[in-house]
Amino acid sequence: MTLMSHDFSTSILARGRSIAAAAMLAASTAIIPAGAALAQDGETITAVMHSGLRVLDPIITTAHITRNHGYMIYDVLVAQDKDFTPQPQMAEFAVSDDGLTYTFTLRDGLKFHDGEPVTAADAVASLKRWGERDSGGQLIFDITASLEATDDKTVTWTLSEPFGPLLDIVSKQSAVPPFIMPARVAETSADEAITDYTGSGPFVFVEEEFEPGVSVTYAKFEDYVPREEPVDWMAGGKVVNVDTVKWVAMPDAQTAINALVSGEIDYLEQTPIDLLPILEASPDVVVEVRDPLGYQTMGRMNFKHPPFDDVKIRQAALMAMSQEPVLATLIGNPEYYQMCGAVFGCGTPLESATGTESLTGAGDAAAAKALLEEAGYDGTPIVLMQPTDVVTLTAQPVVAAQQLREAGFNVDMQAMDWQTLVTRRASQSAPSEGGWNIFFTNWMVPEISSPLINPMVNGRGDDAWFGWPEDPALEELRAEFIAATSAEAQKEIAERIQAHVIDVVNYVPLGQYLPVQSRRTNIVNMIPAPVPVFWEVDKTE
Amino acid sequence: MLGYIIRRILAVIPVMAIVAIFVFLLLRLTPGDPAAIIAGDSATPAQLDRIRESLGLSEPLHVQLVTWIGQLFRGDLGTSIISNQPVTRLIGQRIWPTLQIGTLTIILSVLIAVPLGVLAAWRHRTWVDYAVMTFSVLGFSIPVFVIGYIFIKIFAIDLRWLPVQGYSAPSENLQAFFLRAILPCLTLATIYVALIARMTRASMLEVLGEDYVRTARAKGVKERIVLFRHALRNAAVPIMTIIGTGFALLISGVVVTESVFNIPGIGRLTVDAILARDYPVIQAMILLTSAIYVFVNLLIDISYTFFDPRIRY
Repeated sequence: MTLMSHDFSTSILARGRSIAAAAMLAASTAIIPAGAALAQDGETITAVMHSGLRVLDPIITTAHITRNHGYMIYDVLVAQDKDFTPQPQMAEFAVSDDGLTYTFTLRDGLKFHDGEPVTAADAVASLKRWGERDSGGQLIFDITASLEATDDKTVTWTLSEPFGPLLDIVSKQSAVPPFIMPARVAETSADEAITDYTGSGPFVFVEEEFEPGVSVTYAKFEDYVPREEPVDWMAGGKVVNVDTVKWVAMPDAQTAINALVSGEIDYLEQTPIDLLPILEASPDVVVEVRDPLGYQTMGRMNFKHPPFDDVKIRQAALMAMSQEPVLATLIGNPEYYQMCGAVFGCGTPLESATGTESLTGAGDAAAAKALLEEAGYDGTPIVLMQPTDVVTLTAQPVVAAQQLREAGFNVDMQAMDWQTLVTRRASQSAPSEGGWNIFFTNWMVPEISSPLINPMVNGRGDDAWFGWPEDPALEELRAEFIAATSAEAQKEIAERIQAHVIDVVNYVPLGQYLPVQSRRTNIVNMIPAPVPVFWEVDKTE
Repeated sequence: MLGYIIRRILAVIPVMAIVAIFVFLLLRLTPGDPAAIIAGDSATPAQLDRIRESLGLSEPLHVQLVTWIGQLFRGDLGTSIISNQPVTRLIGQRIWPTLQIGTLTIILSVLIAVPLGVLAAWRHRTWVDYAVMTFSVLGFSIPVFVIGYIFIKIFAIDLRWLPVQGYSAPSENLQAFFLRAILPCLTLATIYVALIARMTRASMLEVLGEDYVRTARAKGVKERIVLFRHALRNAAVPIMTIIGTGFALLISGVVVTESVFNIPGIGRLTVDAILARDYPVIQAMILLTSAIYVFVNLLIDISYTFFDPRIRY
C-alpha cells in the first residue's frame, strides 16, 4: 500500500477467495435490470474513493488514488487481462524471434485531449520518463540498446539481451503503469511533478473544478475510440456511458455510508467492515467485492542491525508469527480474509505456499524459542514501529509483538504516526539511536505479484527497499527469472525465489484481505478489476 | 481611535514574524518527509533524495527560511508540495465554506444564547434558570461529532428533510447552501449557545445586582427596558469577548464538524496538510489563523467602546 493511501484512507477490508470468486461473478454479471433506462445526457456518477486526490502525476508517485486518476485520463500501450496476460490497448505488439526487439504499433484514431494525435514520439518520451521512476522499468532500461520512434506510429524497443517479462512489466496495472502523455509533458524531469494534465484516455480532467483532497471531476472524452474487444480487467474496449464522473473525498466513513444510503453518492470504493450491516440493510445499496486479489499485509525486518542481521533470529521471528490472529484482529470477519503465505500473492500466476506452513498455521513458538537459543539471542530489544494513525496498520504490530514476546523476544513497541515511521524507517542508524528493527505495511497484490516488481524481493543491499538485505543469491535468481522466456520456466524460478525468500526471511507475508465496495443499485456494469475504473459502468434512471 | 487601530495593526507585525519563524522551525524539526508522501511506499532512498532536491528541501534550513520570507514579502504564500497548487488558490477554495458556516453559526448562537442567558438571569434560581443551565452543561459536555451524528440520523436519514453532507456555494444556489448549512450550523451552535448563554447569565446576574438597575426599577422603568437597555448593555463587554474568541475558534477549529458533514473548509485543509507534512500550506494556515485571531481581537476591543463609553483608546 502506498503512503497516500495510508494517510488518507479509512479502512480496507478483506474476504476469502471463494467469496471473491462469487462476488466477481456477481459483479461481472451485474446486468441492467429489465426495463431500466440507461443514462441520459448529463448523467454524473459521484464516487467516494479511498482517499482524496492530491498528487496529479501518476509517474512520480505510487499512490493508488493517483494511479486511479491516471487510468481515468491516460491510456497505456498494453494492458493485462484477468489472467495477467498482456493484451494490446493503444498498440499492437510483436516480439522478434531472438527476443531482443519489441515493436509497438499505435492503433488508428488515438488523440490527446487537446486534439493532437498520439504519436510514437509521445510513447517513447513517456516510456523513458516511466523507466526512470519504476523499479521494473529501470531493469528494462538497464539492458535497453535503443528505444525510438521509427515512424509516427511505430515504437521500436531494442534490448542488448533478452528480457522475458518485458510485456508483463509494461502492461502492469500497479503501482506505476507506463501512462502515455504528450512528449512535451513527458519531457518533465522524473523527479518533478508535471503541470500539464493532457492525456488521451477515456476521460478528460476538468482542471478548473479540481480541489486537491476534496473533489475532482472527469468529463467523458468524446473523441476517445475504444477498442472493439470486450472489456477484460484493464484490457479491452473502454466504453464510457456517462458524461461525468466526480470523485469526492469523505474523511468520515460514517458520513460516506449515510450519503450512500440516502442516495447523495453513487459508489463507495472502500467500506469499513464494522459499518457493513448498515449498508446490507439498505435495499438500495449493493455490497460486493470486485477486486479478487486485494491486499497483502506483511512485516519487514532490518538486516543491518542485531538481532535481525542473523538469519537464525529472523527465522525464529517467522516461526513465532501466525497469520490468523493478525488477520482476525485487523479485519475481524473471516469472510473477508484468507491465510496466504505466497510471497507473490494468492490468486496470481506465481502463487506458491512453499515454506509457510507455520505462518498459515498456528505458528511454532517452541521451534522459535529453540532457534533463538541456538542463535544465542542475548535479549537485545527489538524496536518494533507501530503507526497509530492508519487504520489498516494498527493491528499487525500489536499482535506480532505479542507473538514475538511469547517466543522469547524482548520487544520494544514504539507508537508513532505514519509520517514519523516513514522517516525513521529510512534511517540506517542503530535501533537504539533512532533506527528500527521491524515494521509492517500493506501492498496491493498486483504490486507484489512478480520478482521484478515486488519491492521487498530485492537483494541489492543499500539500493534495496528499507531493511536493505544484501543477498546475491536472490539477485541471481531474479536474473534467471529475467532470462526465462516461457511462463513455465518463470513459474519454476518463482517457486525457488519463494523458497529462498522464506528461508532467509526476506520478509514475512502475513496474509491477504480484500476491500469491499458498495454502490447504489442503479449503478450497473461496474467491471471486476483490481483498479476501480469508470468505463463500461452505467447509471440507470 | 484611529491612532490606536494603527498602533494595534503595527504591533501585529512582530507577532506575525515570531509566529512565522517559530512555525517554520518547528515544522522542520518534526519528523516526517513530504517527499515520501509524494513518491509512495516503494520509492527507494535515492529516489526520495532526488525528489527532496527538486522541492528545495535539501537546502540548508536558513536558506529555506530566507526563501520563504522573501516569498511572503512578495505576497506569495508558496506552492503546495503535495498538490503542486498555489497555496493562495487552495486557501481561496477552502476559506469560504468555513467563513460562511462560522458566521452563520455565530449569528444563530447569539440570537438563541443571549435571550436565553438574559432569561436565566432574570428568572434566577427558578426552573427556567435550571433548564438553561442544564442545557448549557449538556452543550459543553456532548462531543460535537456525536451531536452531528444524532442530527444526521434524525433530520437526514429518518425524516429526510435535509441532506446528509456536502457544501454548496451560495453564489451558485442559495437554497442548496442553506439546506446543507443547517445541520452543521445547528451542531456547532450547540456548543456556542451553551457557552454564550452561560456567560450572558453570569454577566447579567452581576449587573442586575447593581444600584442603577435597582434605581431604574424604582423609577418604574419597564422590565424589558431594564433588562435589555440598562443591564444587557452593561453586561455586554464579557459577552462580546466570548463571542469574538468563539468566532476565531470556530474559524480555526471546525475540523471535526467539517469531517462529519464533509465540508471542504480550512480545518480539513490544515489537518490534511499536517498529516502530509505539506510545509507551505501548514505555514500559511497558521499565519492566517494568527491573523484572524489578531483581527478579531482588534474588532472586539473596538466594540467595547460602543457598549461602554468609559472605555477610550
